[in-house]
Amino acid sequence: MLEISNLVKRYGHNDPVLKGLDLTVDGSSVVSIVGASGAGKSTMLRCINRLVEPTSGSIRLNGHELVNLRGGELRRARRKIGMVFQGFNLIDRLSVMENVLAGRLGYVSFYQAVTRRFPQTDIDRAFHLMDRVGISHYANKRADQLSGGERQRVAVVRALMQEPEILLADEPTASLDPKTSQQIMGLLQSLASEMSLPVLINIHNVTQARMYTDRIVGMRHGQMIFDGAPKDFNQDALDAIYGGIESPEEEGADSDEGHEAREAVA
Amino acid sequence: MTDTRITPGRVWKKQPFIANPWLRYGLLLLTLTYLYWAFSTLPFNWERIADGLPRAARIFGGAFPPSFERAGLLWTGFKESFQIAFLATLLGVMLSVPIAVMAAGNIAPKPIYLLGRAIIIISRSFHPVIVAILFVAAVGFGPLAGVLTLTLYSIGFVAKLLAEEIEEIDWGQVEAMRSVGAGYMKTLIYGVFPQVMPRQIGLSMYQLDSNLRASAVVGIVGAGGIGGTLMNAFGRYDYDFAFAILLLIIGVILLSEGISGWVRKKIW
Repeated sequence: MLEISNLVKRYGHNDPVLKGLDLTVDGSSVVSIVGASGAGKSTMLRCINRLVEPTSGSIRLNGHELVNLRGGELRRARRKIGMVFQGFNLIDRLSVMENVLAGRLGYVSFYQAVTRRFPQTDIDRAFHLMDRVGISHYANKRADQLSGGERQRVAVVRALMQEPEILLADEPTASLDPKTSQQIMGLLQSLASEMSLPVLINIHNVTQARMYTDRIVGMRHGQMIFDGAPKDFNQDALDAIYGGIESPEEEGADSDEGHEAREAVA
Repeated sequence: MTDTRITPGRVWKKQPFIANPWLRYGLLLLTLTYLYWAFSTLPFNWERIADGLPRAARIFGGAFPPSFERAGLLWTGFKESFQIAFLATLLGVMLSVPIAVMAAGNIAPKPIYLLGRAIIIISRSFHPVIVAILFVAAVGFGPLAGVLTLTLYSIGFVAKLLAEEIEEIDWGQVEAMRSVGAGYMKTLIYGVFPQVMPRQIGLSMYQLDSNLRASAVVGIVGAGGIGGTLMNAFGRYDYDFAFAILLLIIGVILLSEGISGWVRKKIW
Protein backbone atom coordinates (compact mmCIF):
# COMPACT_ATOMS: atom_id res chain seq x y z
CA MET A 1 0.00 0.00 0.00
CA LEU A 2 1.28 3.42 -1.01
CA GLU A 3 0.30 6.42 1.08
CA ILE A 4 1.27 9.90 -0.05
CA SER A 5 0.29 12.71 2.25
CA ASN A 6 0.73 16.45 1.96
CA LEU A 7 3.51 16.08 -0.62
CA VAL A 8 5.11 19.38 -1.63
CA LYS A 9 7.81 19.85 -4.24
CA ARG A 10 9.26 23.25 -5.01
CA TYR A 11 12.11 23.90 -7.46
CA GLY A 12 14.18 26.80 -6.17
CA HIS A 13 12.01 29.78 -5.27
CA ASN A 14 9.38 29.15 -7.93
CA ASP A 15 5.79 28.24 -7.31
CA PRO A 16 5.56 24.69 -5.97
CA VAL A 17 5.04 22.02 -8.63
CA LEU A 18 3.22 19.84 -6.12
CA LYS A 19 1.03 21.65 -3.62
CA GLY A 20 0.21 19.31 -0.76
CA LEU A 21 -0.77 16.16 -2.63
CA ASP A 22 -2.58 13.25 -0.97
CA LEU A 23 -2.97 9.87 -2.64
CA THR A 24 -3.49 6.35 -1.36
CA VAL A 25 -3.12 3.30 -3.58
CA ASP A 26 -3.79 -0.15 -2.18
CA GLY A 27 -3.87 -3.74 -3.32
CA SER A 28 -3.28 -4.52 -6.95
CA SER A 29 -5.11 -1.57 -8.42
CA VAL A 30 -3.94 0.06 -11.63
CA VAL A 31 -4.13 3.81 -11.24
CA SER A 32 -3.67 6.20 -14.11
CA ILE A 33 -2.63 9.78 -13.48
CA VAL A 34 -3.74 12.25 -16.12
CA GLY A 35 -2.99 15.91 -16.50
CA ALA A 36 -1.40 18.40 -18.87
CA SER A 37 2.37 18.70 -19.20
CA GLY A 38 3.69 20.56 -16.19
CA ALA A 39 0.83 19.54 -13.92
CA GLY A 40 3.33 17.65 -11.74
CA LYS A 41 2.53 14.04 -12.71
CA SER A 42 6.10 13.14 -13.48
CA THR A 43 7.43 14.98 -10.44
CA MET A 44 5.04 13.07 -8.18
CA LEU A 45 6.09 9.70 -9.61
CA ARG A 46 9.77 10.59 -9.28
CA CYS A 47 9.30 11.70 -5.71
CA ILE A 48 8.17 8.18 -4.84
CA ASN A 49 11.49 6.56 -5.78
CA ARG A 50 13.34 9.76 -4.94
CA LEU A 51 14.78 10.51 -8.35
CA VAL A 52 13.37 13.88 -7.32
CA GLU A 53 13.75 15.07 -3.73
CA PRO A 54 10.41 16.07 -2.20
CA THR A 55 10.43 19.42 -0.39
CA SER A 56 8.13 18.21 2.36
CA GLY A 57 5.43 15.68 3.08
CA SER A 58 5.35 11.96 3.57
CA ILE A 59 5.44 8.95 1.26
CA ARG A 60 4.96 5.54 2.85
CA LEU A 61 5.25 2.22 1.04
CA ASN A 62 3.78 -0.68 3.02
CA GLY A 63 4.32 1.31 6.19
CA HIS A 64 7.93 2.36 5.50
CA GLU A 65 8.60 6.08 5.24
CA LEU A 66 10.54 6.85 2.00
CA VAL A 67 11.18 10.57 2.47
CA ASN A 68 14.51 11.32 4.22
CA LEU A 69 16.06 7.92 3.47
CA ARG A 70 19.78 8.16 2.62
CA GLY A 71 22.55 6.05 1.08
CA GLY A 72 22.12 2.32 1.52
CA GLU A 73 18.65 2.66 3.05
CA LEU A 74 17.46 4.62 0.03
CA ARG A 75 18.94 2.06 -2.37
CA ARG A 76 17.25 -0.81 -0.52
CA ALA A 77 13.95 1.07 -0.69
CA ARG A 78 14.40 1.71 -4.42
CA ARG A 79 14.83 -2.01 -5.12
CA LYS A 80 11.21 -2.45 -4.10
CA ILE A 81 9.96 0.26 -6.49
CA GLY A 82 10.04 -0.65 -10.16
CA MET A 83 9.99 2.13 -12.71
CA VAL A 84 9.26 2.19 -16.43
CA PHE A 85 10.19 5.31 -18.41
CA GLN A 86 8.85 7.07 -21.47
CA GLY A 87 12.17 6.74 -23.32
CA PHE A 88 12.66 3.13 -22.11
CA ASN A 89 16.09 4.07 -20.70
CA LEU A 90 17.67 0.76 -21.60
CA ILE A 91 21.44 0.45 -21.70
CA ASP A 92 21.57 0.53 -25.48
CA ARG A 93 24.95 -1.09 -25.94
CA LEU A 94 24.31 -4.04 -23.63
CA SER A 95 22.35 -7.16 -24.48
CA VAL A 96 18.70 -7.64 -23.61
CA MET A 97 19.67 -10.17 -20.94
CA GLU A 98 22.15 -7.77 -19.34
CA ASN A 99 19.46 -5.10 -19.30
CA VAL A 100 17.00 -7.46 -17.67
CA LEU A 101 19.54 -8.59 -15.09
CA ALA A 102 20.34 -4.94 -14.37
CA GLY A 103 17.06 -5.03 -12.45
CA ARG A 104 18.93 -7.11 -9.86
CA LEU A 105 21.75 -4.59 -9.37
CA GLY A 106 20.35 -3.60 -6.01
CA TYR A 107 20.67 -7.19 -4.79
CA VAL A 108 23.96 -8.53 -6.18
CA SER A 109 27.52 -7.68 -5.18
CA PHE A 110 29.72 -5.30 -7.16
CA TYR A 111 31.87 -8.24 -8.31
CA GLN A 112 28.81 -10.11 -9.58
CA ALA A 113 27.62 -6.98 -11.37
CA VAL A 114 30.94 -6.35 -13.12
CA THR A 115 31.54 -9.97 -14.16
CA ARG A 116 27.84 -10.58 -14.99
CA ARG A 117 27.86 -13.64 -12.72
CA PHE A 118 24.29 -13.29 -11.53
CA PRO A 119 22.79 -15.99 -9.29
CA GLN A 120 21.05 -18.85 -11.09
CA THR A 121 17.71 -17.91 -9.50
CA ASP A 122 17.98 -14.46 -11.12
CA ILE A 123 18.68 -15.98 -14.52
CA ASP A 124 15.75 -18.37 -14.13
CA ARG A 125 13.49 -15.50 -13.17
CA ALA A 126 14.76 -13.45 -16.10
CA PHE A 127 13.96 -16.18 -18.63
CA HIS A 128 10.59 -16.78 -17.02
CA LEU A 129 9.60 -13.11 -17.22
CA MET A 130 10.98 -12.71 -20.74
CA ASP A 131 8.92 -15.72 -21.79
CA ARG A 132 5.89 -14.12 -20.20
CA VAL A 133 6.19 -10.95 -22.30
CA GLY A 134 7.52 -12.75 -25.37
CA ILE A 135 11.09 -11.48 -25.70
CA SER A 136 13.22 -14.42 -24.53
CA HIS A 137 14.48 -15.12 -28.06
CA TYR A 138 16.15 -11.70 -27.98
CA ALA A 139 18.22 -12.49 -24.88
CA ASN A 140 21.58 -11.98 -26.60
CA LYS A 141 20.56 -9.20 -28.94
CA ARG A 142 21.76 -5.67 -28.31
CA ALA A 143 18.98 -3.60 -26.75
CA ASP A 144 19.19 -0.88 -29.41
CA GLN A 145 18.34 -3.37 -32.15
CA LEU A 146 14.82 -3.91 -30.82
CA SER A 147 11.70 -2.03 -31.84
CA GLY A 148 10.04 0.44 -29.48
CA GLY A 149 7.42 -1.96 -28.17
CA GLU A 150 10.00 -4.69 -27.59
CA ARG A 151 12.27 -2.27 -25.76
CA GLN A 152 9.46 -1.22 -23.46
CA ARG A 153 8.82 -4.90 -22.71
CA VAL A 154 12.49 -5.26 -21.77
CA ALA A 155 12.10 -2.24 -19.50
CA VAL A 156 9.01 -3.74 -17.88
CA VAL A 157 10.82 -7.03 -17.29
CA ARG A 158 13.79 -5.15 -15.82
CA ALA A 159 11.45 -3.44 -13.37
CA LEU A 160 9.77 -6.74 -12.48
CA MET A 161 13.17 -8.35 -11.87
CA GLN A 162 13.42 -6.09 -8.83
CA GLU A 163 10.58 -8.06 -7.20
CA PRO A 164 8.91 -4.71 -6.70
CA GLU A 165 6.14 -3.92 -4.28
CA ILE A 166 4.88 -1.20 -6.61
CA LEU A 167 5.40 -0.34 -10.26
CA LEU A 168 5.67 3.24 -11.50
CA ALA A 169 5.25 3.97 -15.20
CA ASP A 170 6.10 7.46 -16.42
CA GLU A 171 4.25 7.84 -19.72
CA PRO A 172 5.23 4.34 -20.81
CA THR A 173 3.42 4.54 -24.12
CA ALA A 174 4.16 8.11 -25.22
CA SER A 175 7.00 7.02 -27.53
CA LEU A 176 5.06 4.14 -29.07
CA ASP A 177 2.62 3.83 -31.95
CA PRO A 178 -1.08 3.43 -31.04
CA LYS A 179 -1.23 -0.33 -31.47
CA THR A 180 1.95 -1.08 -29.53
CA SER A 181 0.95 1.33 -26.81
CA GLN A 182 -2.32 -0.58 -26.36
CA GLN A 183 -0.35 -3.82 -26.07
CA ILE A 184 1.92 -2.32 -23.42
CA MET A 185 -1.06 -0.96 -21.46
CA GLY A 186 -2.75 -4.36 -21.65
CA LEU A 187 0.46 -6.01 -20.49
CA LEU A 188 0.79 -3.68 -17.50
CA GLN A 189 -2.83 -4.32 -16.61
CA SER A 190 -2.55 -8.12 -16.70
CA LEU A 191 0.84 -8.18 -14.95
CA ALA A 192 -0.64 -6.09 -12.15
CA SER A 193 -3.36 -8.63 -11.50
CA GLU A 194 -1.09 -11.68 -11.97
CA MET A 195 1.46 -10.42 -9.46
CA SER A 196 -1.04 -8.48 -7.35
CA LEU A 197 1.11 -5.43 -7.87
CA PRO A 198 -0.13 -1.86 -7.57
CA VAL A 199 0.74 0.13 -10.70
CA LEU A 200 0.82 3.91 -11.11
CA ILE A 201 0.76 5.07 -14.71
CA ASN A 202 1.26 8.64 -15.91
CA ILE A 203 -0.58 8.86 -19.16
CA HIS A 204 -1.68 11.44 -21.72
CA ASN A 205 -4.07 9.20 -23.57
CA VAL A 206 -7.36 9.51 -21.72
CA THR A 207 -9.06 6.80 -23.79
CA GLN A 208 -6.41 4.29 -22.79
CA ALA A 209 -6.57 5.45 -19.19
CA ARG A 210 -10.32 4.69 -19.21
CA MET A 211 -9.84 1.35 -20.91
CA TYR A 212 -6.96 -0.19 -18.99
CA THR A 213 -7.05 1.18 -15.48
CA ASP A 214 -9.27 0.80 -12.42
CA ARG A 215 -8.97 4.34 -11.20
CA ILE A 216 -8.15 7.71 -12.68
CA VAL A 217 -6.46 10.55 -10.82
CA GLY A 218 -6.59 13.95 -12.49
CA MET A 219 -3.96 16.56 -11.68
CA ARG A 220 -3.70 20.23 -12.44
CA HIS A 221 -1.20 22.81 -11.17
CA GLY A 222 0.21 20.36 -8.64
CA GLN A 223 -3.13 19.50 -7.10
CA MET A 224 -5.42 16.54 -7.42
CA ILE A 225 -8.73 17.66 -8.91
CA PHE A 226 -10.26 14.33 -9.84
CA ASP A 227 -10.12 10.90 -8.25
CA GLY A 228 -12.56 8.22 -9.25
CA ALA A 229 -13.55 5.31 -11.43
CA PRO A 230 -13.12 5.52 -15.23
CA LYS A 231 -16.90 5.59 -15.68
CA ASP A 232 -17.14 8.79 -13.63
CA PHE A 233 -14.42 10.50 -15.68
CA ASN A 234 -16.71 12.66 -17.82
CA GLN A 235 -16.39 15.72 -20.02
CA ASP A 236 -16.50 18.07 -17.03
CA ALA A 237 -13.54 16.34 -15.44
CA LEU A 238 -11.68 16.45 -18.74
CA ASP A 239 -12.31 20.19 -19.11
CA ALA A 240 -11.24 20.82 -15.55
CA ILE A 241 -7.94 19.01 -16.14
CA TYR A 242 -6.99 20.16 -19.64
CA GLY A 243 -9.06 23.33 -20.23
CA GLY A 244 -7.28 26.63 -20.90
CA ILE A 245 -3.73 25.52 -20.20
CA GLU A 246 -1.15 28.30 -20.39
CA SER A 247 1.99 27.20 -22.17
CA PRO A 248 4.72 29.36 -20.50
CA GLU A 249 4.17 27.57 -17.22
CA GLU A 250 4.75 24.20 -18.87
CA GLU A 251 8.11 25.25 -20.21
CA GLY A 252 9.30 26.52 -16.84
CA ALA A 253 8.36 23.33 -15.07
CA ASP A 254 10.01 21.11 -17.69
CA SER A 255 13.40 22.81 -17.66
CA ASP A 256 13.45 22.84 -13.88
CA GLU A 257 12.79 19.14 -13.77
CA GLY A 258 15.74 18.35 -16.02
CA HIS A 259 17.99 20.51 -13.89
CA GLU A 260 16.88 18.87 -10.67
CA ALA A 261 17.35 15.39 -12.07
CA ARG A 262 21.01 16.12 -12.77
CA GLU A 263 21.55 17.80 -9.45
CA ALA A 264 21.12 14.78 -7.22
CA VAL A 265 23.36 11.81 -7.86
CA ALA A 266 23.02 9.03 -5.31
CA MET B 1 -2.50 41.64 -55.52
CA THR B 2 1.19 42.31 -55.00
CA ASP B 3 3.25 43.82 -57.76
CA THR B 4 4.96 40.93 -59.57
CA ARG B 5 7.20 43.04 -61.83
CA ILE B 6 10.95 42.91 -61.17
CA THR B 7 12.59 46.24 -60.34
CA PRO B 8 16.08 46.14 -61.89
CA GLY B 9 19.22 47.87 -60.70
CA ARG B 10 18.85 47.63 -56.91
CA VAL B 11 22.31 47.34 -55.34
CA TRP B 12 23.45 44.73 -52.83
CA LYS B 13 26.92 44.41 -51.34
CA LYS B 14 28.22 42.02 -48.67
CA GLN B 15 28.17 43.76 -45.29
CA PRO B 16 31.69 44.47 -43.97
CA PHE B 17 32.87 42.13 -41.19
CA ILE B 18 33.35 45.08 -38.81
CA ALA B 19 30.52 47.56 -39.24
CA ASN B 20 32.18 50.67 -37.74
CA PRO B 21 34.56 52.13 -40.40
CA TRP B 22 36.74 53.86 -37.77
CA LEU B 23 37.25 50.58 -35.95
CA ARG B 24 37.79 48.69 -39.22
CA TYR B 25 40.54 50.92 -40.59
CA GLY B 26 41.94 51.63 -37.15
CA LEU B 27 42.58 47.91 -36.55
CA LEU B 28 44.19 47.58 -39.96
CA LEU B 29 46.53 50.50 -39.24
CA LEU B 30 47.37 49.10 -35.81
CA THR B 31 48.29 45.69 -37.28
CA LEU B 32 50.53 47.24 -39.93
CA THR B 33 52.28 49.45 -37.38
CA TYR B 34 52.87 46.48 -35.09
CA LEU B 35 54.31 44.36 -37.91
CA TYR B 36 56.68 47.17 -38.94
CA TRP B 37 57.79 47.63 -35.34
CA ALA B 38 58.25 43.89 -34.72
CA PHE B 39 60.36 43.33 -37.84
CA SER B 40 62.49 46.40 -37.29
CA THR B 41 63.35 45.56 -33.66
CA LEU B 42 63.82 41.73 -33.70
CA PRO B 43 67.52 40.89 -33.99
CA PHE B 44 67.59 39.18 -37.37
CA ASN B 45 71.24 38.82 -38.30
CA TRP B 46 71.09 38.80 -42.08
CA GLU B 47 74.82 38.09 -42.42
CA ARG B 48 74.59 34.95 -40.35
CA ILE B 49 71.51 33.82 -42.23
CA ALA B 50 73.41 34.30 -45.47
CA ASP B 51 76.33 32.31 -44.06
CA GLY B 52 73.98 29.56 -42.94
CA LEU B 53 72.33 28.99 -46.28
CA PRO B 54 75.32 27.17 -47.88
CA ARG B 55 75.56 25.09 -44.72
CA ALA B 56 71.92 24.11 -45.05
CA ALA B 57 72.59 23.21 -48.66
CA ARG B 58 75.53 21.04 -47.53
CA ILE B 59 73.30 19.23 -44.99
CA PHE B 60 70.60 18.53 -47.53
CA GLY B 61 73.23 17.56 -50.08
CA GLY B 62 74.77 15.15 -47.60
CA ALA B 63 71.38 13.65 -46.86
CA PHE B 64 71.07 12.29 -50.40
CA PRO B 65 70.84 9.42 -50.90
CA PRO B 66 69.45 8.32 -47.51
CA SER B 67 71.48 5.49 -46.00
CA PHE B 68 69.73 2.48 -44.56
CA GLU B 69 73.04 0.70 -43.86
CA ARG B 70 72.74 0.74 -40.08
CA ALA B 71 69.41 -1.07 -40.10
CA GLY B 72 70.13 -2.62 -36.69
CA LEU B 73 70.35 0.80 -35.06
CA LEU B 74 67.18 1.90 -36.85
CA TRP B 75 65.34 -1.17 -35.65
CA THR B 76 66.40 -0.80 -32.00
CA GLY B 77 65.43 2.87 -32.03
CA PHE B 78 62.00 2.27 -33.50
CA LYS B 79 61.38 -0.72 -31.30
CA GLU B 80 62.11 1.36 -28.22
CA SER B 81 59.93 4.22 -29.47
CA PHE B 82 57.07 1.85 -30.07
CA GLN B 83 57.50 0.24 -26.65
CA ILE B 84 57.49 3.66 -25.01
CA ALA B 85 54.42 4.77 -26.95
CA PHE B 86 52.50 1.57 -26.29
CA LEU B 87 53.27 1.42 -22.57
CA ALA B 88 52.52 5.12 -22.11
CA THR B 89 49.21 4.80 -23.98
CA LEU B 90 48.15 1.83 -21.86
CA LEU B 91 49.06 3.55 -18.59
CA GLY B 92 47.64 6.89 -19.67
CA VAL B 93 44.35 5.46 -20.89
CA MET B 94 43.87 3.41 -17.72
CA LEU B 95 44.61 6.38 -15.47
CA SER B 96 42.48 8.69 -17.58
CA VAL B 97 39.27 6.75 -16.79
CA PRO B 98 39.09 7.55 -13.05
CA ILE B 99 40.31 11.09 -13.68
CA ALA B 100 37.67 11.60 -16.38
CA VAL B 101 34.98 10.38 -13.97
CA MET B 102 36.26 12.84 -11.39
CA ALA B 103 36.26 15.64 -13.93
CA ALA B 104 32.74 15.04 -15.28
CA GLY B 105 30.48 17.67 -13.76
CA ASN B 106 27.30 15.62 -14.00
CA ILE B 107 28.48 12.60 -11.98
CA ALA B 108 31.13 14.05 -9.64
CA PRO B 109 30.52 16.22 -6.58
CA LYS B 110 31.89 19.75 -6.86
CA PRO B 111 35.19 19.36 -4.89
CA ILE B 112 36.09 16.12 -6.71
CA TYR B 113 35.17 17.78 -10.00
CA LEU B 114 37.53 20.67 -9.32
CA LEU B 115 40.32 18.28 -8.37
CA GLY B 116 39.80 16.25 -11.56
CA ARG B 117 39.79 19.37 -13.71
CA ALA B 118 42.94 20.61 -11.96
CA ILE B 119 44.77 17.34 -12.74
CA ILE B 120 43.76 17.64 -16.39
CA ILE B 121 44.75 21.28 -16.64
CA ILE B 122 48.16 20.60 -15.06
CA SER B 123 48.92 17.65 -17.31
CA ARG B 124 47.89 19.67 -20.36
CA SER B 125 49.69 22.88 -19.50
CA PHE B 126 53.19 21.88 -20.66
CA HIS B 127 54.29 20.62 -24.03
CA PRO B 128 55.64 17.03 -23.83
CA VAL B 129 59.15 18.24 -24.66
CA ILE B 130 59.25 20.42 -21.54
CA VAL B 131 57.82 17.60 -19.43
CA ALA B 132 60.43 15.25 -20.93
CA ILE B 133 63.24 17.61 -19.95
CA LEU B 134 61.91 17.60 -16.36
CA PHE B 135 61.58 13.81 -16.25
CA VAL B 136 65.02 13.26 -17.80
CA ALA B 137 66.40 15.43 -15.03
CA ALA B 138 64.39 13.50 -12.42
CA VAL B 139 64.88 9.85 -13.49
CA GLY B 140 67.83 10.10 -15.85
CA PHE B 141 68.26 9.50 -19.57
CA GLY B 142 66.36 6.65 -21.16
CA PRO B 143 62.97 5.17 -21.91
CA LEU B 144 61.53 5.54 -18.37
CA ALA B 145 61.53 9.31 -18.76
CA GLY B 146 59.82 8.87 -22.11
CA VAL B 147 57.12 6.59 -20.69
CA LEU B 148 56.39 8.98 -17.81
CA THR B 149 56.22 11.98 -20.13
CA LEU B 150 53.85 10.40 -22.60
CA THR B 151 51.68 8.93 -19.83
CA LEU B 152 51.13 12.42 -18.49
CA TYR B 153 50.50 13.69 -22.01
CA SER B 154 47.93 10.91 -22.61
CA ILE B 155 46.12 11.61 -19.33
CA GLY B 156 45.72 15.27 -20.23
CA PHE B 157 44.23 14.57 -23.61
CA VAL B 158 42.20 11.39 -23.09
CA ALA B 159 40.80 12.35 -19.67
CA LYS B 160 39.67 15.75 -20.92
CA LEU B 161 37.82 14.40 -23.94
CA LEU B 162 36.41 11.44 -22.02
CA ALA B 163 35.13 13.74 -19.27
CA GLU B 164 33.37 15.83 -21.90
CA GLU B 165 31.88 12.67 -23.39
CA ILE B 166 30.62 11.58 -19.96
CA GLU B 167 29.01 14.98 -19.49
CA GLU B 168 26.97 14.42 -22.64
CA ILE B 169 25.62 10.94 -21.92
CA ASP B 170 21.93 10.06 -22.03
CA TRP B 171 20.94 10.73 -18.42
CA GLY B 172 17.90 8.45 -18.64
CA GLN B 173 20.08 5.35 -18.47
CA VAL B 174 21.71 6.65 -15.30
CA GLU B 175 18.29 7.37 -13.81
CA ALA B 176 17.13 3.88 -14.69
CA MET B 177 20.11 2.35 -12.87
CA ARG B 178 19.48 4.54 -9.84
CA SER B 179 15.81 3.58 -9.86
CA VAL B 180 16.64 -0.14 -9.55
CA GLY B 181 18.69 0.65 -6.44
CA ALA B 182 22.19 0.45 -7.92
CA GLY B 183 24.92 2.32 -6.04
CA TYR B 184 27.43 4.76 -7.49
CA MET B 185 29.93 2.21 -8.82
CA LYS B 186 27.31 -0.09 -10.32
CA THR B 187 25.66 2.91 -11.96
CA LEU B 188 29.02 3.83 -13.47
CA ILE B 189 29.59 0.32 -14.80
CA TYR B 190 26.09 -0.12 -16.23
CA GLY B 191 24.73 3.37 -16.84
CA VAL B 192 27.80 5.37 -17.86
CA PHE B 193 30.67 3.25 -19.24
CA PRO B 194 28.74 1.40 -21.97
CA GLN B 195 27.73 4.78 -23.35
CA VAL B 196 31.28 6.14 -23.58
CA MET B 197 33.03 2.86 -24.47
CA PRO B 198 33.30 3.35 -28.26
CA ARG B 199 34.56 6.87 -27.73
CA GLN B 200 37.19 5.67 -25.25
CA ILE B 201 38.46 3.01 -27.63
CA GLY B 202 38.64 5.56 -30.42
CA LEU B 203 40.50 8.00 -28.18
CA SER B 204 42.96 5.28 -27.15
CA MET B 205 43.72 4.45 -30.77
CA TYR B 206 44.21 8.10 -31.56
CA GLN B 207 46.42 8.53 -28.52
CA LEU B 208 48.62 5.56 -29.47
CA ASP B 209 49.15 7.14 -32.83
CA SER B 210 49.86 10.51 -31.26
CA ASN B 211 52.24 9.01 -28.67
CA LEU B 212 54.22 7.30 -31.41
CA ARG B 213 54.76 10.67 -33.03
CA ALA B 214 55.58 12.36 -29.72
CA SER B 215 57.97 9.58 -28.66
CA ALA B 216 60.21 10.51 -31.59
CA VAL B 217 60.24 14.11 -30.37
CA VAL B 218 60.88 13.47 -26.69
CA GLY B 219 63.74 11.15 -27.66
CA ILE B 220 65.60 14.23 -28.85
CA VAL B 221 65.87 15.55 -25.30
CA GLY B 222 67.10 12.21 -24.02
CA ALA B 223 63.93 10.30 -23.18
CA GLY B 224 64.84 7.24 -25.25
CA GLY B 225 63.65 5.93 -28.59
CA ILE B 226 64.27 6.86 -32.20
CA GLY B 227 64.53 10.56 -31.34
CA GLY B 228 67.82 9.83 -29.56
CA THR B 229 69.13 7.94 -32.57
CA LEU B 230 68.16 10.87 -34.79
CA MET B 231 69.93 13.35 -32.49
CA ASN B 232 73.10 11.24 -32.49
CA ALA B 233 73.05 10.99 -36.27
CA PHE B 234 72.88 14.78 -36.54
CA GLY B 235 75.60 15.15 -33.94
CA ARG B 236 77.95 12.95 -35.97
CA TYR B 237 77.10 14.67 -39.27
CA ASP B 238 75.59 11.40 -40.58
CA TYR B 239 73.02 13.34 -42.57
CA ASP B 240 72.23 10.44 -44.87
CA PHE B 241 71.40 8.23 -41.87
CA ALA B 242 69.35 11.03 -40.28
CA PHE B 243 67.39 11.41 -43.48
CA ALA B 244 66.69 7.68 -43.51
CA ILE B 245 65.35 7.96 -39.96
CA LEU B 246 63.12 10.88 -40.92
CA LEU B 247 61.72 8.97 -43.89
CA LEU B 248 60.98 5.97 -41.69
CA ILE B 249 59.29 8.14 -39.05
CA ILE B 250 57.02 9.58 -41.74
CA GLY B 251 56.27 6.07 -43.01
CA VAL B 252 55.49 4.69 -39.56
CA ILE B 253 53.26 7.66 -38.66
CA LEU B 254 51.31 7.33 -41.89
CA LEU B 255 50.86 3.62 -41.28
CA SER B 256 49.73 4.02 -37.67
CA GLU B 257 47.39 6.86 -38.64
CA GLY B 258 45.84 4.66 -41.28
CA ILE B 259 45.38 1.75 -38.89
CA SER B 260 43.97 3.84 -36.05
CA GLY B 261 41.61 5.64 -38.41
CA TRP B 262 40.36 2.32 -39.76
CA VAL B 263 39.81 0.89 -36.27
CA ARG B 264 37.99 4.02 -35.08
CA LYS B 265 35.67 3.90 -38.09
CA LYS B 266 34.88 0.23 -37.46
CA ILE B 267 33.98 0.83 -33.81
CA TRP B 268 31.26 3.45 -34.26
